[in-house]
Amino acid sequence: MSGNIAVKMSGIVKKFPGVVANDGVEFEAKVGEVHALLGENGAGKSTLSNVLTGLYRPDEGSIELHGEHVTFSSPRDALNAGIGMVHQHFRLVPSFTVAENIVLGEDDGGVFLNTADVVARVEELSLRYGLAVDPRARVWQLSVGEQQRVEILKVLYRGAKVLILDEPTAVLTPQEADVLFTTLRAMVAEGRTIIFISHKLDEVMAVSDRVTVLRGGKTVGTIDTAGSSTRELARLMVGRDVVFDRVQRKNPAKPEQHVLVTVGLCANDDRDNKALNDVSLSVGAGEIVGVAGVSGNGQRELAEVLGGMRATSAGSFHVGGVEVTAGRVRRSIAAGIAHVPEDRLHTGLAASHSVEDNLVLKSYRNNPISIRSILNRKAIRSNAETMVQRYDVKTPDTETPVRLLSGGNVQKVLLAREFSAGPKVLVAASPTRGLDVGAIETVRERLVAAADDGVGILLISEDLEELMSLSDRILVMYEGRIVGNLSTQEATRESLGLLMGGATVGGHTA
Amino acid sequence: MKSPLRLERRLTQPRALGWQVPLVSIGGALLLGAVVLLLTGKNPIDVYWRIIQSGFASKTALRGTLVAATPLAFTGMCAAATFRIGIINIGGEGQFFVGAIGAAFVGIAMDGAPTSVILLSMILMGALMGSAYAALVGVLKAKFNTNEIITSLMLNYIAGILLDYLIFGSKSYLRDPRSMGFPTGKPLPKGSWWPTYNIGSAVIPFGFLLAIVIGASILFMYKRTRFGFEASVIADSPAAARYSGMRTRAKIISVMAISGALAGIGGATDVGNFRHVMDAKGLQLAGYGYTGIVVAALARFNPFSAVFVAIIIGGLTNAGYALQGPDFQSGLVGTLQGLILFTAVAGEVLMRYRIRVRNNEKNVAVAS
Ligand SMILES: Nc1ncnc2c1ncn2[C@@H]1O[C@H](COP(=O)(O)OP(=O)(O)OP(=O)(O)O)[C@@H](O)[C@H]1O
Ligand SMILES: [Mg+2]
Repeated sequence: MSGNIAVKMSGIVKKFPGVVANDGVEFEAKVGEVHALLGENGAGKSTLSNVLTGLYRPDEGSIELHGEHVTFSSPRDALNAGIGMVHQHFRLVPSFTVAENIVLGEDDGGVFLNTADVVARVEELSLRYGLAVDPRARVWQLSVGEQQRVEILKVLYRGAKVLILDEPTAVLTPQEADVLFTTLRAMVAEGRTIIFISHKLDEVMAVSDRVTVLRGGKTVGTIDTAGSSTRELARLMVGRDVVFDRVQRKNPAKPEQHVLVTVGLCANDDRDNKALNDVSLSVGAGEIVGVAGVSGNGQRELAEVLGGMRATSAGSFHVGGVEVTAGRVRRSIAAGIAHVPEDRLHTGLAASHSVEDNLVLKSYRNNPISIRSILNRKAIRSNAETMVQRYDVKTPDTETPVRLLSGGNVQKVLLAREFSAGPKVLVAASPTRGLDVGAIETVRERLVAAADDGVGILLISEDLEELMSLSDRILVMYEGRIVGNLSTQEATRESLGLLMGGATVGGHTA
Repeated sequence: MKSPLRLERRLTQPRALGWQVPLVSIGGALLLGAVVLLLTGKNPIDVYWRIIQSGFASKTALRGTLVAATPLAFTGMCAAATFRIGIINIGGEGQFFVGAIGAAFVGIAMDGAPTSVILLSMILMGALMGSAYAALVGVLKAKFNTNEIITSLMLNYIAGILLDYLIFGSKSYLRDPRSMGFPTGKPLPKGSWWPTYNIGSAVIPFGFLLAIVIGASILFMYKRTRFGFEASVIADSPAAARYSGMRTRAKIISVMAISGALAGIGGATDVGNFRHVMDAKGLQLAGYGYTGIVVAALARFNPFSAVFVAIIIGGLTNAGYALQGPDFQSGLVGTLQGLILFTAVAGEVLMRYRIRVRNNEKNVAVAS
């Protein structure tokens, strides 16, 4: 690793109405290192990256690139100077090919696209960095992991020397994440600089050379990863010790007292292929049932069926012994099923609506939120004030659109609404994805507290650690079926991994 | 060469822009118009002064302005109404036509009934016709996901053909059997005419009062009712709307129906309050439906503001009629209205983006 400084940001201040997102941040990354940026939700990581890539202008402070002062007025400026960003939400055109997406927006390209040339260069790049993807494939055919590779190729193609990846692993399976890390190491070995944002501390430990920790918009410090520990990182991040031991249950689960039962559920996915195949399961009062599986094996469809968003082709589901009409959201809500969907910002919330509106997205039909179909703004406001306080949502005020909140606070708004509805059953898809350790702790405590109150919880997650530490029992889904039903004692990374990969072991009914 | 100016997306839209932008738009249009006038050898100040005089400055001027503004207020509300759910209804024109047909039919057929009953029936019939016509677009959109811009536009042409057929192509109930040579519509009996009120020195047509009341109610509906809340969530994110149990398809159809009803009532005011006849050619020449879209855009899709924007646009039209003559080409007012549309769209862009001066050198030293 060379000691040359690639990027130096000093005294960066960026204010938004009501918040100071960056409050004098100091940041420095060397040539040839993976530098992790760590911090709680809302600490200002994305803001800092957006300042570095020219999307935002800092109110104060300066940026040096290889020792020279620079200011960028757009991401394109930054890219021309060699700084590229891979956003968490991809910006690809689904109907275009990989190669077309990669050259899209290049302004010095001629009118005609020399496809063969581009394809050859892309192939060369993907070979060099282990970014396997077919340049001629259309983007809609690609998995999420492949799409991310396209985003990375896009910035590499333009010759970026400094790459910023904002929570790149949040959308990846553990296997895909491992592949990504190899790629990152290959890139820094060539003298590029990677700025890596993540909430997963073991990843940070595994892949990065140094870590800068932000808290409340300020730099807490920069440390070498070697010689540190996840525990130390967590403490730096939240300013106190965080422990992820199995949370203690106050009331034991009552698995025989079924709150949710599904019988032979079948359903199709959006492309009308069979996604759920004869799914029968039960969740007891106060029981946390984990659902493991590689994403795309029917978990999302299962959650959507239970939430009433997806019609079934066969089978039924019952809450407290009463059958719930399938394909009707309001029936599911009325039956007491709360649903935390995977896609928070576009399904679980109306992104441009305020925090207070989003908190009544499901209860706006009820007294006192609305009275005889007239909205009661006062009640909406006071509901929001209570929730924001109870669930510790960091927002300038309750009228702020949720799309302006940090990722973690977005999820808190959603959870606040779903938890407070007093559900009998909670279906949660990856509820802690993208959250910081402190927030994860809070969410887990809330889940357990709900279970203690007798709520039956179906916890869908790809994070095996999380499933094993929270669940009373773990189901494994593969190709739309339930292929395993393991007690927490039986479940190990290996046994779950095998089942997730389609190997058949043991029992089938859940 | 890169332009030295650059558009930067606004993350939030300051409230004050809500009224600043329309004002600046109109001001900008007047400035651009002045350039055009200067180029054609006219004195812009003089022309604008005459427009103000004949559009707003006297009792008769105001009266004519309100007459011109009333249909525009309704078509403006019509365009604003669907925008709130993220749909674009270009079909105000056709919905206005069928509203006029329905209202004329009722106005003639109910001859002899008490005026208030006739008036109410004409309003209802206009609303019904317009809403059914627009609901067609909504149903197509909700069931088959057809593009509402195209279907509503096509229905405008069909409604135009229907007007022609009723008066010129057939011996329909609406055609005046006494009209020889050039066929015209059957005039409405006096008892079906809508009242006008003298309030102070102003003469206000009933239709305009109706527009104010309806505009306020529609605004209330969007801002304060469950229905409006659902519409805004659907506009924001259809997936979130479905997730929270809102019936998105049904809502799209209802909003289209409401929007069409507004245009349809506009058509009824045209027959009941002003022309007192279903004037097939006049309606098509006026182009109220399309001008309504300009009104809505200037009002930033606020149905209540649309009523007041309609006064300004209506005043221009009215002045255009009054001043038309050898030294005042009829195209002038049209040009001004076109310029207003242009600046309104520019204003809309300014609401969403802000203009920044670009630092052209790539790596400039920060001066601090
Ligand atoms: N465009 C914006 N307008 C207003 N406030 C904003 C905007 N962007 C970010 N913020 C606020 O600035 C703070 C920092 O946000 P930022 O997105 O940088 O956090 P983060 O560290 O990336 O968090 P997360 O891990 O949750 O993604 C938050 O309080 C957020 O609500
Ligand atoms: Mg972030």
